Parts: sequence; C-alpha cells; structure tokens
Amino acid sequence: MTDAEQTTHDRVAVVIVSHSAQIAAGTAALARQMAPNVALEEAGGTDEDQLGTSFDLVSKAIERALRGSSAVVLCDIGSAVLTAETAIDLMSERDRVRVRIADAPIVEGAIAAAVAAQTGQSLDGVVEAAEAARPASPRGSRTSATGGPVPVTSDADADRYVRRATLTNADGLHARPAAEFVRLAATFPVKVMINGKDAKSLLGIMSLGLMRGATVEISAEPDGATAVDALAELIESGFAGKETR
Amino acid sequence: MTVGTQWVLDWARRSAAVLSQHRTELGDLDRAIGDGDHGENMDRGFTAVMAKLDDVPQDATPSDVLRLIATTLISSVGGAAGPLYGTAYLRASESVADRDRLDSSAIAGLFAAATEGIVQRGKALPGEKTMVDAWTLAVEAALQSAARDEQPVQLLASAADAAEAAAAATEPLVARKGRASYLGERAIGHRDPGAQSTALILRAAADAAVATADD
Repeated sequence: MTDAEQTTHDRVAVVIVSHSAQIAAGTAALARQMAPNVALEEAGGTDEDQLGTSFDLVSKAIERALRGSSAVVLCDIGSAVLTAETAIDLMSERDRVRVRIADAPIVEGAIAAAVAAQTGQSLDGVVEAAEAARPASPRGSRTSATGGPVPVTSDADADRYVRRATLTNADGLHARPAAEFVRLAATFPVKVMINGKDAKSLLGIMSLGLMRGATVEISAEPDGATAVDALAELIESGFAGKETR
Repeated sequence: MTVGTQWVLDWARRSAAVLSQHRTELGDLDRAIGDGDHGENMDRGFTAVMAKLDDVPQDATPSDVLRLIATTLISSVGGAAGPLYGTAYLRASESVADRDRLDSSAIAGLFAAATEGIVQRGKALPGEKTMVDAWTLAVEAALQSAARDEQPVQLLASAADAAEAAAAATEPLVARKGRASYLGERAIGHRDPGAQSTALILRAAADAAVATADD
C-alpha cells in the first residue's frame, strides 16, 4: 500500500512521553518532518507545566492516538515508562491490545517509529523499527568493538543483484534522505541491503554515516533487482524533488 | 481480631497526615539523589485521597476504599511514585476483594500483593535502593508474624518496624533503579526517599490498626 492510499487514521500513531513539554514537542516536530502523515501525540511535563510526568496527560495522549488503528509509545527516563504502562494497564482490553511501548531512546526511537509508520508498517513492524534504534546509536555503530571501521559485509554473493551508487546530495544519507530511502525500500516486498544494513531500517542506514561522495553498494536476491535499481536511482538523483516537504 | 473498612480509612487519613508532616524531609532526601519532588508529590496525592474519603459510602468494603486510593494516587501523585503506589493499592484491593474483615493472613496477603505490583511495575529487586527494599522486608515480617498466629496489630507493627529498618539500610547502597541510579556511588550515604515514604505509610497502617481493630 502506498502513502497516498493510506490515511493517517490507518497508520500506526506515535505517542511521545517526556518529563519535558519541550522535549516532547521537539521530538514530535523532528519525527513529523520525516513522517508527515503519521499522527504524533505528545505528553510532556506535568499538569502544572512543570518537569515531570502526568498520568492524565499520558492517558489522554494515548487515547487520542488510539482513534487510529494502533499506537506505539516512546518514553524518556523512569517514570515516563511507569506512567505509560499504568495508563495502558487501566485501559479496556480492546484498547490495550492496540498499543505497545517501545524500548528505545526517545528521539531516535520516535523518528524510526514514525518513518516505519509512514511506510504503512504494522504495529509490530513499527515497534521493531523503534527498538532497532536501541543498540545501534549512530555514533557507536560506526566502529566495531575493536575500534576499527566496520567492514562492508559480503552482500556481493555471486548470485545477488548488486548496484553501486554515489551520494550526490549535500547531506549524504542522513535524516530526511535516509527516511526517503527507507520509505521507497519499504514499497518492495523483498529484502534489500545497503552496505550490509537492512535498507528498511532507518537507524541502520543512518548509523552508516554516509556523507556526500560516498559510494554505496545496494544488493538483493535476483528477484529484488527492480527494488535495487529504484533505490540506486533515488540515490543517484540526489533525492531531487523526492525529499519530504 | 480483625480489621475492616475503618482501618483502611484511618490508615489513609494517618498516611495523609504523616506525609504532610514529613513533606520537607522527603523532599530533601529526594533532592539529594533524585529530582526533589517526592515530598510534594506524596502530599498532593494523599491530600487528593482525603478529599475523596468523605464520599465513601457506608457499605464500602476495604477493597473498595483501597481501589479509590489507588486511582486517586495514580492520577494525582505524578512521577514514578504515582504509578508505583497506585499499582500497589490496586493489587492490594484485588487481593481482598469481597472481604469485609481482614485477619492477619489477609493483611500479609494484601502487603504481598502490593509488593508484587510494585516489583512488576518498577522492575526493581531488593537491594537496589528503592521502595522495594522496604516493602519486601515488611512483607517478610508480616508473613512470619501471620505464621506465628499473631494478631493484626502485632503483625502491622512488625511490618512497620521492618520497613523502617529497611529504609535506613538503603543509605549505604548504590542505586540500581530510578533517578538515583544515574549518580552511581554518589548515592551512597543517602536514604532512598521511596523507601522512607513506604516506612511512614506502613507505620500509619500499624497505628490505624491500634485505633480501629475490631471496630
């Protein structure tokens, strides 16, 4: 299903729960930039607009999110998680099964979840995308445990379809271009790899830290040739006219 | 000897009074190793509970009152303490559903259920410098007391003693859960505010039993 065929209502909504109203609003704004058709609900700070968490604000944000099909919740520290869990526990069975809390850092997780939701992924898929943001912090995963550069893994088996493309856009494969890339990759029902990372994993791709001028290797099983070509062309076009508004 | 709805009501009133009285102390403990709002939050929560106690119907069971306390605390305390205490009272309420009078084993069961709720919600284990330390030792004392066939007044006094000792015993610990866990060894020497508020609340439960047993 493409973006156009799906309404905001059908997509998984993203709820952002923070001790700070500014963090919640800022995180939502960042995610919205990359996922314009996803419902993003914020619950930041207390009822008196202080730092902290409010059961009522959190409950209401989740309820608003559940006007759609389902929702994923991203939290910052400590009581944000406890409050969200308690709010969900007290909901009706019918609502409870449609909401999940992702165990992920709030900013990275919210962005990954929103992009996955934008591509029309299921609740499970959106939670998985958010949680993939957990171990693979952009800075941490650029180097291996021994400190050396991560080798480009062997996508290039004899029978895989492989294409190389050079990044020409100013920002390289960061943030919005990476989101655009993931959105396109998600429209194909095949597993595509880019430099050893899943082409449908936003955080995986961002963790590669690919700058302008870098050459990437995109590959798939032979039946994924169309997907590889489309993704290579997106990169070579410099994401011209394709970036999210 | 048993306790009933009057015990729960009196427990809540005494909790509100003692938490208001110790509001600054709890705030200071929390400021040392947390965000400083525990005294204020607990006071606000139990003040909200007090406002609702007047409307409790005559025929309310202990379970009804515990549930009212739970939902009020959840929506008015905030922070981590709101969900934690709220879950505790909710599980306590469920554990004594449909009982009018509570004997020693029912009270021990009530505390065990409350503690299970807190552990499940906060995912902290004993020894991690949280309110779980106070609750688990209180439950242990309550279960032992019930096994000795002691009366509720005695059982609740033992539980309160254990919680107070446990709160004091959090001082030398490094926190593994909660805001204080970010401080590492700098949390050593400070008492955990959640364990302290637990000790105050469980002492209120003991005092309420003396005042209302077989009311």
